[in-house]
Amino acid sequence: MASILIPVGILGGIALFFGIFLVISAEKFKVTMDERVEKLIDVLPGIDCGACGAPGCSAFAEGVTKGEYPVNGCKAGGEEVATAVAEIMGVEAEVGGEEVAVLRCLGGTDVAKRVADYNGIKTCAALHLLGGDKGCQYGCLGLNDCVEACPFDALVMGEDGLPYVIEERCTACGVCVGTCPRELFEIISKKQDIYLACRSYDDAKTVKQVCSRGCIGCSLCTRVTLGETVTMDGNLASVHWDKIDDNSILKPALEKCPTKTYIKRSELRGFKNA
Amino acid sequence: MRLLTFKGGVHPEDKKELAGFAPIERIKPPEIVYLPLSQHTGVPSKPIIEKKDEVEVGMKIAESNGKLSVPLHSSVAGVYMGLVNYPHPLGGRKLAMKIKVDPERTEEWKSEEKEVGTLSNKDIIKIVKESGIVGMGGAAFPTFFKMQPPPDKKIADLIINGAECEPYLTADYRLMIERAEDILKGIDIIRRVINPDRVWIAIESNKMDAVERMKEVSSSYPSFNISIHKTKYPQGSEKQLVQAVKRQEVPEGGLPFDAGAYVQNIGTALAVYEAVCYSKPLYERVVTVTGSVRDPSNFLVPIGTPFDYLIEEAGGVIGTLMKVINGGPMMGIAQVYPEVPVIKGTTGILIQNREEVFSGIVGPCIRCAACIDVCPMCLMPTEINKSIETENFDKAEEMGVLSCMECGGCAYVCPSNIPLVQQFKYAKNEIMKRRK
Repeated sequence: MASILIPVGILGGIALFFGIFLVISAEKFKVTMDERVEKLIDVLPGIDCGACGAPGCSAFAEGVTKGEYPVNGCKAGGEEVATAVAEIMGVEAEVGGEEVAVLRCLGGTDVAKRVADYNGIKTCAALHLLGGDKGCQYGCLGLNDCVEACPFDALVMGEDGLPYVIEERCTACGVCVGTCPRELFEIISKKQDIYLACRSYDDAKTVKQVCSRGCIGCSLCTRVTLGETVTMDGNLASVHWDKIDDNSILKPALEKCPTKTYIKRSELRGFKNA
Repeated sequence: MRLLTFKGGVHPEDKKELAGFAPIERIKPPEIVYLPLSQHTGVPSKPIIEKKDEVEVGMKIAESNGKLSVPLHSSVAGVYMGLVNYPHPLGGRKLAMKIKVDPERTEEWKSEEKEVGTLSNKDIIKIVKESGIVGMGGAAFPTFFKMQPPPDKKIADLIINGAECEPYLTADYRLMIERAEDILKGIDIIRRVINPDRVWIAIESNKMDAVERMKEVSSSYPSFNISIHKTKYPQGSEKQLVQAVKRQEVPEGGLPFDAGAYVQNIGTALAVYEAVCYSKPLYERVVTVTGSVRDPSNFLVPIGTPFDYLIEEAGGVIGTLMKVINGGPMMGIAQVYPEVPVIKGTTGILIQNREEVFSGIVGPCIRCAACIDVCPMCLMPTEINKSIETENFDKAEEMGVLSCMECGGCAYVCPSNIPLVQQFKYAKNEIMKRRK
């Protein structure tokens, strides 16, 4: 009977020793963490999209407490998260207008000509390296890179081979902007309804050959809009969003554009569910 | 007879009989030629003439622009129609000089042969640069730049690449048969500049008549050796040639002169000869038009001639046209537009019809390791592919994807038809982008 007490005693002793050791070292080497960080991590979306510039949500939370990122820096969270973050940090949040991603291409398979059969790797990035299978060297390749990259499932591939933005889900995080090898996505304010849906710098003749809805660089839109809101960048019109408060400024461009390259976001939204 | 070779490689059907018997033929110039400003590795040339200017054959029309760049010469006589955005055989659209051809004035280059004798090495390199000469084997690296290796590297072996391992292509083979004397004079000029201990002319064993011809002519050059190489792809790759001839590998990420060798193509040797002895700039080249065309041929064409014009010259396509390839079947690039122009690095045009074009299914890797056996650079294509599929580019780099020369041996043997080379091209591009 007594022999069983020896191992119990020894193991109990070891357990006690380590218990005390751990308690002491936990006290001594304690890492003081800003408790706000934990609270912030709880309110952030936790999707690690990277739109704020930090590598992930917890890094952003830490950055906010150190003042490296603004309290309204979380683009994906929008107004709700910004107010919550501001509350934890004890400041007022300046909530900017909501933004949304738009695709600057109208070259669906029915509009932009496909000039080659492609049967290599089915990603836009690989196809872009080869110059693409569409006549237009700036247009959407339609191989789903953006749809797969979107952390909020806000993109769906339409039947015409162009991705459509589901605006209820889009948080303007900007992942699609960085993913698209042809840089076709742009983040614009939700207040802006009309935008220029083309990125082609080709001359009019080339554009006409490959797509019926491309910007031909006629510069008509720069003349019918007020002020210097639209200027020409080579063969492509470029809209200066910072100078546009009221979207009606672009209305004449929408009406006059000979190739109907300006479109209304609200009209496109009806299209996407088809 | 012992054949020289390297480790790995594949044995595709060589199909050289298609165009191999067709003598080099000078074609009538097309109506319009397009001369892309970017025809060489390095900075594109800069136009120096104005729209509506008259141009002559061999007239300099664009100046070299920067350290690694060469000038461009008109391949025809006619009128300059301005810069246009034109499809480029290496993909996409690039700026090209459009020239309307005047067939009356477009004539062969005529000049008295000059002696090389008094020219110094510097003069020769200058002539080579001003003549716009680039490597004619496909990569189009400016030759004048290559001719000035770092002074601390001793070049023991000058290897002249007549292997032409790419199936179907016969441009270099026909040159060796028809212009052997001129090629050897060109090699002698390169030898003077490089000053190597030995000179090798490397030819694959499927071109024994070219070997005989070169042997016959080279008897007057005692320092020249003809090395016969095993018919295996990619025998004509620079690093593989060095390995076969010197039994020494080029260090990873290095160039042949790191192993004491200097490799130059047969076509380049001829271009150097013509530039130095006849002051003829590089404005035309031999292009093999082969595959599913009625008369596979070797044409001497002005640079800038559209592919579709050459396909018509070769009798047109047999069956339904499916693929137009710039180069050979292994390393060539399938074209989106058949009207792309011939550039300085175009070795051949391969036409495939519906029956020949592969349209099978891409399957999963079955881990047979066939690609590992054939990789001439001793890489593990399947493992690299796996890390690229998971976007782990760091691991791909660690496994040496940057050493891949895109020869296509792995994709050729893959039983699952995985587009390995395309993956590697994509990864290399991605790694380079991240470095910036």
